[in-house]
Amino acid sequence: MQLVTGTQPGPATDGSEITPEPSTNSPMANSLTAGMLPRHTSLWILLASWVVSAATFLILYLAEQSAPGTAAGSEGESFNYIGALVVGTALYLVVIYLLSRAVEGQRKAVDRLVTGLVAVAFGLALIPLISLISTTVAFGATRFDLTFFTNSMRNIVGSGGGGLHAILGTTLVTVAASIISVPIGLLTAIYLVEYGRGHLARGITFFVDVMTGIPSIVAGLFAYALLAIFFGPGIRLGIGGAIALSLLMIPTVVRSSEEMLKLVPNDLREAAFALGVPKWLTVLKVVLPTSSAGIITGITLAIARVIGETAPLLIIAGFTQSMNYNLFDGRMMTLPVFVYNSYVSQGTDAQAYVDRAWTGALTLILIVMVLNLAARIISRIFSPKPGR
Amino acid sequence: MSAPAELQIRSTQRIGDRIFSRATVFAGATILVILASVAVFLVAESLPALVADPSELPGTQTSFWSYAAPLAFGTVWAAILALLIAVPLSIGVALFISHYAPRKLAQSLGYVVDLLAAVPSVVYGLWGIGVLAPALQPVYSVMVNAMGFIPLFAGPVSGTGRTILTVAVVLAVMILPIITALCREIFLQTPKLHEEAALAMGATRWEVIKLAVLPFGRPGIISASMLGLGRALGETMAVAMVLSPSAIISFALLQSTNPTTIAANIALNFPEAHGIGVNALIASGLVLFVVTLVVNMIARLIINRRKAFSGAN
Repeated sequence: MQLVTGTQPGPATDGSEITPEPSTNSPMANSLTAGMLPRHTSLWILLASWVVSAATFLILYLAEQSAPGTAAGSEGESFNYIGALVVGTALYLVVIYLLSRAVEGQRKAVDRLVTGLVAVAFGLALIPLISLISTTVAFGATRFDLTFFTNSMRNIVGSGGGGLHAILGTTLVTVAASIISVPIGLLTAIYLVEYGRGHLARGITFFVDVMTGIPSIVAGLFAYALLAIFFGPGIRLGIGGAIALSLLMIPTVVRSSEEMLKLVPNDLREAAFALGVPKWLTVLKVVLPTSSAGIITGITLAIARVIGETAPLLIIAGFTQSMNYNLFDGRMMTLPVFVYNSYVSQGTDAQAYVDRAWTGALTLILIVMVLNLAARIISRIFSPKPGR
Repeated sequence: MSAPAELQIRSTQRIGDRIFSRATVFAGATILVILASVAVFLVAESLPALVADPSELPGTQTSFWSYAAPLAFGTVWAAILALLIAVPLSIGVALFISHYAPRKLAQSLGYVVDLLAAVPSVVYGLWGIGVLAPALQPVYSVMVNAMGFIPLFAGPVSGTGRTILTVAVVLAVMILPIITALCREIFLQTPKLHEEAALAMGATRWEVIKLAVLPFGRPGIISASMLGLGRALGETMAVAMVLSPSAIISFALLQSTNPTTIAANIALNFPEAHGIGVNALIASGLVLFVVTLVVNMIARLIINRRKAFSGAN
């Protein structure tokens, strides 16, 4: 049995513990697969590393549990899954690198190491998502009941009560923000695609991009500064929240609508012009209907983006415990602010406030997810079938 | 038209056309007016704080700038820490989706990462203070014990885990989807011929990425990072909820006194502020606005210089 290592001399001393794999046991070594690890080696090594690491942690854990002296210190400490996973993955990276370096050479070894690291990066990115959603569901479920969706916080000091006033406020503010920003955003997108030439169009494109980056709290301050000029300092109005949110929403609407309008084939426009249709009717009757699915998707996503905004609403819409149906009169509670306020200013029976905060968070996440899902469904169902 | 008069065809001026095109121009111009008015109103409301007697400002400050300096420092410091965590991770995730994951899975994996962007910031704050900070606190204790001699990790360790490093982790999670989405798009735009040429020369997958993908995507990575930076600078609620703030300038990552950020400071103090305090907060908001505006403009200029990266062509 010969292990052909090709032209890579390789530091054989490093891999002294490695036994040649039995798959090369054939009388004639396959020159194509020679010097390569068998196909599923990395998978097996990964599993083995996890098992080894988990076993080590388990032994340590059991030793700690059985030792009478340390039992008091580690009371309630459960098996360290995360530690085992981290150590196991690190072990895998080391082993696969050394093994591959010994058998396949330096370049392949680096390749395998990077593959591992990239996968680890993806796994790391998933951890917060999973942790966040699972904790929100777990903590939010305790108060996810009918009371929460039918009561406001008026005259509630301890447990009970709910977020109806906040849900109403969020709905009103978001609808008002959409009413302000959708016409402006859509018309701007139409201008940029159908009419815009020269400096104005370029300037608008650039500043719309810049506007995407406005911090949400600055939008809130702007709405406050605007209203304070008319109504005096200390003003808190629901409509102010709508103004702030529309400032954040307009750029998203413009960008997404613009891209959708650009996707409409020029042939359609030219066909309409050839029939003598005026330009404005072409836009209204040909271009917009063709791209409507994409535009609605974009608007839905824009709403999903602003509906979770907290900072501007905290500044300008304020907080209250009661229902407020009027955007133009008095403070208005919104769901994100409700979550923040419940958590930050806990009253008597603090747990009730924390529970309400998590339930509010769960409701908020559900709303955003539903909006995102709706956007995807709209774009899938109503998008024109590609005939090109 | 330089055609002879008798051949010139004049189209009828339709009233609908004129109204419609005017309306679109008007809408476009409105956006510019709004952006300008943001600046004007903020300046107008900030001026009283800038010219006010220092004794009227919140705290014991000698001027507005000494009030804003620790906040500005905290903002930049937290954002840079977040960026240091997020950029390598995002590049890894983007590479995983664009070049490593199976083709069929790639798009769904992209959606999964985009889900992170859909989570409202207040929920991140709740998660940071309720889950992440308690989980990281033991790690911080170990870090202070093991590496306390490095000034960055100097003790005494925070007992709650609500430090600037936790904030940076939360911010990194929040900006990760933005940077990842842009990087992914750029990596997918790498000319196929470059990649295939590298493969034909016997390059491994990592060498293809090193030789073809990363050099092509470098400007895109930079601008994506700057957009992430802009987001991290302006992020409010997560910082306001997670951090236990104080108005100091300190590089220590794990202590219980941390520099707070402009945005978090505004969110925490605005509801109770009155008089000149409101103006001081708005003025600090103006500082934030200018900083993020500059960062975003630079990022957009880099993107626009190579139009291929805008994704809208």
